[in-house]
Amino acid sequence: MAAEKMALAKAINESLRRALETDPKVVVMGEDVGKLGGVFRVTDGLQKDFGEERVIDTPLAESGIVGTAIGLALRGYRPVVEIQFDGFVFPAYDQIVTQLAKMHARSLGKVKLPVVVRIPYGGGIGAVEHHSESPESLFAHVAGLKIVTPSNASDAYWMMQQAIQSDDPVIFFEPKRRYWDKGEVNTEAIPGPLHKARVVREGTDLTLAAYGPMVKLCQEAADAAAEEGKNLEVLDLRSVSPLDFDSLQASVEKTRRLVVVHEAPVFFGSGAEIAARITERCFYHLEAPVLRVGGYHAPYPPARLEEEYLPSLDRVLDAVDRALAY
Amino acid sequence: MTVESTAARKPRRSAGTKSTAGKRTTARKPENSEPELVQLLTPEGKRVKNAEYDAYVDGITPDELRGLYRDMVLTRRFDAEATSLQRQGELGLWASLLGQEAAQIGSGRATREDDYVFPTYREHGVAWCRGVDPTNLLGMFRGVNNGGWDPNGNNFHLYTIVIGSQALHATGYAMGVAKDGADSAVIAYFGDGASSQGDVSEAFNFAAVYNAPVVFFCQNNQWAISESNEKQTRVPLYQRAQGFGFPGVRVDGNDVLASLAVTRWALERARRGEGPALIEAWTYRMGAHTTSDDPSRYRGDEERVAWEAKDPILRLRRYLEASNHADEGFFAELEAESEALGKRVREAVRAMPDPDHFAIFENVYADGHALVDEERAQFAAYQASFADAEGV
Repeated sequence: MAAEKMALAKAINESLRRALETDPKVVVMGEDVGKLGGVFRVTDGLQKDFGEERVIDTPLAESGIVGTAIGLALRGYRPVVEIQFDGFVFPAYDQIVTQLAKMHARSLGKVKLPVVVRIPYGGGIGAVEHHSESPESLFAHVAGLKIVTPSNASDAYWMMQQAIQSDDPVIFFEPKRRYWDKGEVNTEAIPGPLHKARVVREGTDLTLAAYGPMVKLCQEAADAAAEEGKNLEVLDLRSVSPLDFDSLQASVEKTRRLVVVHEAPVFFGSGAEIAARITERCFYHLEAPVLRVGGYHAPYPPARLEEEYLPSLDRVLDAVDRALAY
Repeated sequence: MTVESTAARKPRRSAGTKSTAGKRTTARKPENSEPELVQLLTPEGKRVKNAEYDAYVDGITPDELRGLYRDMVLTRRFDAEATSLQRQGELGLWASLLGQEAAQIGSGRATREDDYVFPTYREHGVAWCRGVDPTNLLGMFRGVNNGGWDPNGNNFHLYTIVIGSQALHATGYAMGVAKDGADSAVIAYFGDGASSQGDVSEAFNFAAVYNAPVVFFCQNNQWAISESNEKQTRVPLYQRAQGFGFPGVRVDGNDVLASLAVTRWALERARRGEGPALIEAWTYRMGAHTTSDDPSRYRGDEERVAWEAKDPILRLRRYLEASNHADEGFFAELEAESEALGKRVREAVRAMPDPDHFAIFENVYADGHALVDEERAQFAAYQASFADAEGV
């Protein structure tokens, strides 16, 4: 298999399979990841092929999953754990923030914790509450963690490979509404470093910066804007921590305008950090303040209201218009 | 067990039990009368028989008994020195283990070199048994690092301050040991307060489900800062194990021999693939929770006085003397060694340099992070901006 079209969920599945095949220390663990293959089937067939010792159905306890993964990593394993849904990660938040993130520093570098925490995240699938959240900023605030999120099948495959190989803990946010989107995956050519942003559409008038599920929306917004004669650049940030400010800066110095789009609430969101840093770096290049499009400061709404809460094509275009009006 | 000690033990058993019951008039309740409490040495230093656990210390030699005594005395001396150093302003904080020496030395000496230990922040005696230099423990209390020793150097993990978290790490580590097919075991330390944490219950359950070779060693020192046992639990802690599907034992945590025997039992069955066990070491925190605490606000002195009569070091000394296992020379030599240790610790702490400012940015990540690099550079530039002024 060199290049093949596959769904994003399948790309992660293939990537996990490759990791299990090539590194005997890799273990996959989580709720329902074994026999069922995960509620999204991301781990489908792995337990059948690698056994219950490598693909582990765990008790229903998120803190326990991450806490024991830390212990396994201390023993030399490379656990890839699944948190079933974004809103269920908080029982594990203590283990992630106080233990997983800090142990390398506490040991003055003697301990490494190569743990990947997979979290399907984001809305747009009509789910019940706690199944549609975007908590990436709550983790980005914590030193010691790396946070990445692919937007397409190829990145899903390769970023998972790179996350597993990383000696640092990686929170791997999977855009669940894009799980079924198909894309070309070349399993022989690494597309680039894990924490580097990628220009997915070149433009001159304004930069749309996004990651995960919002990249596709921004591409659609750029298409719509093009019909109105606006030439937008779209940047797929790919990594939230570290964040590739150099690529952002290069893009903004060219377009002079920036709109950041994410599903998470804008208040204290990654867009706020981007706005602050880009303002510092590009103050004399900017023609407009950095604008943000994201969730509101309200609990994630019931499914029949989520289209109003989530960034939409029109909300992105509205922000584009406001930025261009300066 | 040696012939000598068997002979010494037999006639004392019934008498020892009686005198224990009769003498403890000041205790608020007769803890040692708990039928489940495993005890091999009474507070008076009498060896009492125990059909289940004698076998685990039968072969112990006078030399090994003196070794346990020495461990406890030196640990207490180190602990006292650290308390003094805090009072002198050399340490920011100290969490004393005073009163818990037997539980720690007994269990610590039960571990094998290839076993792995997950401590709280009070396991100075266990650290001693594992060969961790005591001065290494003081860095975090002085504020020059947040741990700092190599956990794999002595299979002794970093101190864990967030209560109960390490029980899960121990369980995960033990799951790894089982996967590796190794015959070593893991021991997780925690206290009565930690028993209320969800992580500890989750650890019990994961360990049971995966039959992990881990021993849960709970030092019930009666107090979680100001909260007594009654605020933590409605059932004796060791009984919780049953609900998870593994055995639980309450041992006299002030009895080094019993702590050694029961921990050996638990570790050996874990190594044999028989899964986890819970040991509740019934002991007492003789001092404050930490040097910042004031126990007079929440507990009376009479309780401490009652526990003083059950002192772990005193009872072994009585046993050593009564069975002629140690002479004056031994105690005098140990006293000198103890003072030398205090001096060494004192000098080492005072000589401990403050870390380089740039240590803030060290080891945040194993593979580096662009933001850390950027902020380090900003910090360096900021510091360098004073260079001219200082040079003038």
